[in-house]
Amino acid sequence: MAITVEEVFETVKMTLDHHFDIRTVTLGINLKDCMDRNLTNFCNRVHKRIVENGKKLNKFADEIEQKYAIPITNRRISITPASLLLEPLPHTKATVVKLAKTLDSAAKKANIDFIGGFGALVQKGMTSSDKNFINAIPQALGKTQRVCGFLNFGTTTTGMNMDAIEMFGHILKQLANKTKNGIGCAKIAVFCNVPEDNPFMAGANHGVGEPDFSLNIGISGPGVVRDVVLQNPDCDLTQLSEVIKRTVFKITRAGELIGREMAQLMKVDFGIVDISLASTTTAGDSVAEIIEAMGVSQIGLPGSTAALAMLMDAVKKGGAMASGNIGGLSGTFIPVSEDSGMIRAVKSGALNLEKLEALTAVCSVGLDMFAVPGDTPSEVLSAIIADELAIGMINNKTTSVRVIPVPGKKYGDIVHFGGLLGSAPIMKVAQKAAPDFIARKGRIPSPITSMRN
Amino acid sequence: MAKKKKSQICILTVTGIDTVGIIAKLAVVMAKHNINIVDVNQNIMEDYFVMTMAADIVNADISMEKIRAKLDRIAKDMSLNITFQNENIFKAMHRI
Repeated sequence: MAITVEEVFETVKMTLDHHFDIRTVTLGINLKDCMDRNLTNFCNRVHKRIVENGKKLNKFADEIEQKYAIPITNRRISITPASLLLEPLPHTKATVVKLAKTLDSAAKKANIDFIGGFGALVQKGMTSSDKNFINAIPQALGKTQRVCGFLNFGTTTTGMNMDAIEMFGHILKQLANKTKNGIGCAKIAVFCNVPEDNPFMAGANHGVGEPDFSLNIGISGPGVVRDVVLQNPDCDLTQLSEVIKRTVFKITRAGELIGREMAQLMKVDFGIVDISLASTTTAGDSVAEIIEAMGVSQIGLPGSTAALAMLMDAVKKGGAMASGNIGGLSGTFIPVSEDSGMIRAVKSGALNLEKLEALTAVCSVGLDMFAVPGDTPSEVLSAIIADELAIGMINNKTTSVRVIPVPGKKYGDIVHFGGLLGSAPIMKVAQKAAPDFIARKGRIPSPITSMRN
Repeated sequence: MAKKKKSQICILTVTGIDTVGIIAKLAVVMAKHNINIVDVNQNIMEDYFVMTMAADIVNADISMEKIRAKLDRIAKDMSLNITFQNENIFKAMHRI
């Protein structure tokens, strides 16, 4: 059956009026075979591989963009978790910083804006390489622009590594002090149940169970979903869920098509489509505004959690029908600083940290891109992280935290990060939370629900 | 064994205000570069004039990028929005 004018128009309108884009194509690159006892040899191999493949990624993304006239907004690279790669090398901060600088310069040369995977999997314990790696994070991320880090502190099957969470509270503060407005902290996300194929930054990494290369797609389109919700002001929630599902089916199919063609052109394995709705600082590209279009006066007020739960479930159903390769995070991102609706809600007092945490329990991926006063004690940061990751551990889902303690700023101030990262009102947090709990350290054992065998 | 492609259909979409000569101008570009027009449709939707044209570019003598540059010039001259996309995107999005 030929495509009708109406169908063509629907697609064209998505890109013209509602910022529909392929948010990211992320090439996962295995670097395990680059490992060496000689730092220079190791870095040279890593540099060469990233530059070659990064250039290829950009070239083919441009080609596909021309063919389909749908913008591929970000082209990114994720690598094997870096701490693992550094195991055979001397466990010094200088080694870690050298790798970070190598990744940074390779990304720059290949014109890739962010490179992810500079991280460690420490859900059960830390090797001496992991410890050294985490200690060097403030220097490594403080001295680079394009490198993004991640740390996995817990999983449902291992429990949560509280030694590492306690340590990271201090690391975050050091990193904040080394960068303007604490912006370095925007480049590292910590996780429970981190996915190995997530294409979105800052948490992207090419997991140890992945092939040599894997091409992953992050679709998006909050503007498209918001428009379809606005066009249906009178239908009940059952029908609304159906309408959202149909729309997401369409945008996911576009992502699937583009991912498959990209992978074919690059002669690599096609990985997954991540169907997360991701806001950007562009007007109208806001997840909070979808919730508001559904009928909640402002995100953060009662009703928000139910609305968000329904929204994400409809997104997942539409996405799962459209692609057999759904993966990554596939949840909703509600980054405070990058979503104009979220910023408004924090400023007006409708949204606080506690409600944000509740929203992450039903569907969203975590507490993302929120700023707190620079003098927040490290134990409070560790406690916020522990709370959020516990939600993921118990509910068998991914949760993450990206918090920025902004030096010199107080509750109520606004901090401007600029560019993709937007600006954020400083949120209110306790000055004392759980110092004795955090100081106990150890490991929170895995929950009973993990025993499924 | 490389198979020769039989056709490569692209969909050209025009949105804006209907004026005399839109199709004529587009047809000239297509003919000049050996692009076969397969189908033309139009409709008024949400206050937009929308026209779609299916064109086969398999024997075209210039790249999609260059075709698009020429279409952009027409769009600018006539205050229209013109997009030009491979038809597979519509098939993927609107057909199961």
